[in-house]
Amino acid sequence: MTVNDVKEILGAKIISGEEWKDKEVHTACGSDMMSDVLAFVKDQSVLLTGLCNPQVIRTAEMMDIVCIVFVRGKLPDESMIEMAKEREIALLTSGHRMFSACGMLYEKGLHGGETYR
Amino acid sequence: MSDKITLHYEVSPDDFTRAGEASSNVKSKLKKMGVNPEAVRKVAISMYEGEINMVIHALGGTIDVIISQEDIEMILKDKGPGIKDIDLAMQAGYSTAPDNIRSLGFGAGMGLPNMKKYSDEMEIESELGIGTTVTMKVKII
Repeated sequence: MTVNDVKEILGAKIISGEEWKDKEVHTACGSDMMSDVLAFVKDQSVLLTGLCNPQVIRTAEMMDIVCIVFVRGKLPDESMIEMAKEREIALLTSGHRMFSACGMLYEKGLHGGETYR
Repeated sequence: MSDKITLHYEVSPDDFTRAGEASSNVKSKLKKMGVNPEAVRKVAISMYEGEINMVIHALGGTIDVIISQEDIEMILKDKGPGIKDIDLAMQAGYSTAPDNIRSLGFGAGMGLPNMKKYSDEMEIESELGIGTTVTMKVKII
């Protein structure tokens, strides 16, 4: 699916990165712990998180994540939006809670990658 | 091109917002140099975890990155408290980070294990009260 599909499925709003809405996403990861996100490399991934600080953008940058969805209606500040733009990462916000948002995407065929160990 | 390229960074303490700037800079430089994306990502993740550790635990420090044709070497040096038990610190899930760090998304005890996982070679030298030096190598080819 694409970033735009993620937006539609979650009824989310694109905060920034409208121009990358056609980028493909192949896997997803939902976590508020950035080290857990960093433990699993996946290609063309979307990150769902309730954490809202600049390290979320940095983590996404290191992992080549294409899209971040802030759950529970969280909104990044201007400096985070700027960082994401420079790194070509689309930012979305959704009112859904983490569990629901992950479930909705999973139901539509977006999975999390291989099992740990 | 047989010359090695050396990059030097100062990691400032107590500035969690800026943590990761050095790793970000290295990542974009390596990308521009055309280093293979898998190696770039391995360097970026292992260095970023190390950089975060230096901010959380060690009052900052220095990072030197040496890029040769075969590999990328990262030397992270701090004058922090040192690691009491390196084997224990290497265990996934073991953390000495304060609670406020966990609320920032780190301190899950995954930093050192992740650094080990993404680097091809890793060595830790640590002395209590003196500091810690972590050396990591990622092969390019």
